[in-house]
Amino acid sequence: MTARHRLDGAVSLVAGLTFGAGLVLSGMTQPAKVHGFLHFFGRWDASLAFVMGGAVVVNALAWQLARRRMKPLLAERFSLPARSDLDPKLLAGAGLFGVGWGLGGFCPGPALTSLASGAMQPLVFVLAMLLGLGLTAAWEHRQRAVELGASEGAPEAVPVKQS
Amino acid sequence: MQSSYLMALAGGGLIGLSAAAMMFFNGRVAGISGIVGGLLRPVAGEVSWRLLFVFGLLAGGLVASRGVTPAFGASEAGMGTTLVAGLLVGIGTRLGNGCTSGHGVCGIARGSRRSLAATLTFIATGALTVHLVRGFA
Repeated sequence: MTARHRLDGAVSLVAGLTFGAGLVLSGMTQPAKVHGFLHFFGRWDASLAFVMGGAVVVNALAWQLARRRMKPLLAERFSLPARSDLDPKLLAGAGLFGVGWGLGGFCPGPALTSLASGAMQPLVFVLAMLLGLGLTAAWEHRQRAVELGASEGAPEAVPVKQS
Repeated sequence: MQSSYLMALAGGGLIGLSAAAMMFFNGRVAGISGIVGGLLRPVAGEVSWRLLFVFGLLAGGLVASRGVTPAFGASEAGMGTTLVAGLLVGIGTRLGNGCTSGHGVCGIARGSRRSLAATLTFIATGALTVHLVRGFA
């Protein structure tokens, strides 16, 4: 294990600690507050808007600094998503995620952090979430294999038409 | 009431700092669903940092919960609803390539169109779901 690898791990640990503390401090680990935030036309609790607002402002300032550097301090390049188009899968996925978020009051970070409370509800939520992630990943993997098979394997598989 | 806004802002600031550190040092997006999802199909050299981050998430929450009340809460959703909610969140974040952190915090901060669209979508369907369950008043 190289020194850079160890530093990478140390940064991840500190970032995780900071993130978890931020989630608890902000109220994101209380599903009732999440429900209050999403209840725009009910008794709207706007406070959680300040969580995303605060996080985005700090992170956007940092990104403006980071992008001037050619690469991160401990890695060869920034690992960023390459796509910029809006596809149906993105929107369908985000839509389903929102329904789950509204039903349970948890999104992935707060659910994981809430495991620290030892309560049953976040545990059930996280196990179901892992199942959903795993099943979907397996399905995507299969789809990709089928697509590859169709584009590369097909010419051999399809019998050549006799003329 | 006033203090819950300040706490939200302070907590959000910490989350932003965490995401900034991940990008500045490691070049990675601090998207929780992606970090955890990567553990389900482990790739050599990509496991330990993910585990350390998740461990930190729990430990950081535990430490903060000593000073914040109430720290953790439960929703009124029953176990069946919680199970369905978790499944939908897992499926949705995988299909949609991210959750509140990856899209809502990191993507929007970079000015990503996809993340903005995803965030508006999950807030809209989340709000619709809550209104259908709790009513419009």
